[in-house]
Amino acid sequence: MSVKPDMPGWKDIPRGGLILEAGNAFQYRTGDWRSRRPVWQKDRCKQCLLCWIFCPDGAVKVEEGRVVGFDYDHCKGCGICATECPPAASAIEMVPESEFAK
Amino acid sequence: MTIKALSGNEAVAQAMRQIDPVVVAAYPITPQTEIVQLFSGFVSDGLVRTEFVPVESEHSALSAVVGAAVAGVRAMTATSSNGLALMYEVLHIAAGLRLPIVMPVVTRALSAPINIHCDHSDVMGARDSGWIILFSENAQEAYDNVLQAVRIGEHADVRLPVMVALDGFVLSHGVERVSLLEDAAVEAFIGEYQPTVDVLGDEPVTVGALALQDSFFEFRRQMAEGLYHAPRVIEEVGREFEGISGRPYGLVEAYRTEDARAVLVALGSTAGSAKEAVDLAREEGLRVGLVKVRAIRPFPAAALRELLGGCEVVGVLDRSLDYSGQGGALYTEVKAALHPLEGRPRARGFVYGLGGREIGMEDLVGLMRELVPSGADVTYLGVRE
Ligand code: SF4
Ligand code: SF4
Repeated sequence: MSVKPDMPGWKDIPRGGLILEAGNAFQYRTGDWRSRRPVWQKDRCKQCLLCWIFCPDGAVKVEEGRVVGFDYDHCKGCGICATECPPAASAIEMVPESEFAK
Repeated sequence: MTIKALSGNEAVAQAMRQIDPVVVAAYPITPQTEIVQLFSGFVSDGLVRTEFVPVESEHSALSAVVGAAVAGVRAMTATSSNGLALMYEVLHIAAGLRLPIVMPVVTRALSAPINIHCDHSDVMGARDSGWIILFSENAQEAYDNVLQAVRIGEHADVRLPVMVALDGFVLSHGVERVSLLEDAAVEAFIGEYQPTVDVLGDEPVTVGALALQDSFFEFRRQMAEGLYHAPRVIEEVGREFEGISGRPYGLVEAYRTEDARAVLVALGSTAGSAKEAVDLAREEGLRVGLVKVRAIRPFPAAALRELLGGCEVVGVLDRSLDYSGQGGALYTEVKAALHPLEGRPRARGFVYGLGGREIGMEDLVGLMRELVPSGADVTYLGVRE
């Protein structure tokens, strides 16, 4: 059975499935769901930031106004970033996760 | 205390007026309609401070009540039959969110064929939705149960919604002598509402979040614990209510069972007729008794074992069919409750009164006459072959 022993038992969780802490979605690793991984090609990137604007998960990492890669703990592989990346750049490739498992 | 001639619906509407919920959202359906109609009159007459939300369906009625309850206030609705069926999704949500909503349900057969009269198929279909379910024998009990339901559901160890069932037409429209508590006594009895969730409050809270394989099971186990505490709370609240009303309440009520060879088990208004039938049968020398089940969720298995363990035959009356091929819901649950007993009594099931078909005193006395001699398992009482 896949019981996670490090998680709290039924006596120690808030009633009714309430979440009492604000902003803790960050702790939830949606990256586990991903079947395709966005791979960023730095040399093709125009730094237009469209990928960052469109990503529904805030998973495009930006430092000092520039894209630096992806937060793979939270990127769930929807591919919106790759779709929105201007064709002239095509700097994001969606690669099946199975390629990385090899 | 005031004594009035009231129908069950009027008695329930009076209880709702005295509870004075902050929100009531409801949709009319026969035979519950009168409750909503009378209550909306109280709203327009300024007798309650309630925000009344007229909605377009029962799904919306209970959804609006859930919304009000997560905003930290007492909220109520009422329904019947297909209306309850339409609420099915939200029933589980109300319980899963641990919201102590109180909902009178005027029992009526489910379609098809369409029928507006009493049976218990509506409530029985919702019996495993996490709600506490109380049945009422008469209009007085419907009134008393609605008031107690507030305290039971809101108890810190329970925090679950409560349905109060009253038999369609038989109780909802039949006029009886009902003793009403003073408004102030009800106010003191139910007390101030203590919300455990308030999305409009200062503390941030997320309601209705996803819980997957790693945590959903724990939330359900925790919810079940609320129901497991309910028998004790139902009895405690019953004792306290007796203190202010003089009327005792528990999980079950035993009537002339002490020396009984055969005991009937019944719900709702039929339990009232069955008491009379027990008296008549005893005049014939039959040693019979009755156990009325008041709370069907949680099921009072221990109390039933205690009361029924010593008799020879238990006859269970079901005003619904559960299509398991084993009789009705109450019958199968009574049998399951008796199972741990060594030398347990023989059990027999009687399905009766579907779609409002009347059950008379003669039917009940006749049933008691052949309770011990006959060995039949499930009998359909009063159906044309
Ligand atoms: S694949 Fe989707 S979630 Fe991942 S970075 Fe791109 S837009 Fe964001
Ligand atoms: S959309 Fe494409 S080009 Fe624009 S910043 Fe993102 S990766 Fe770079």
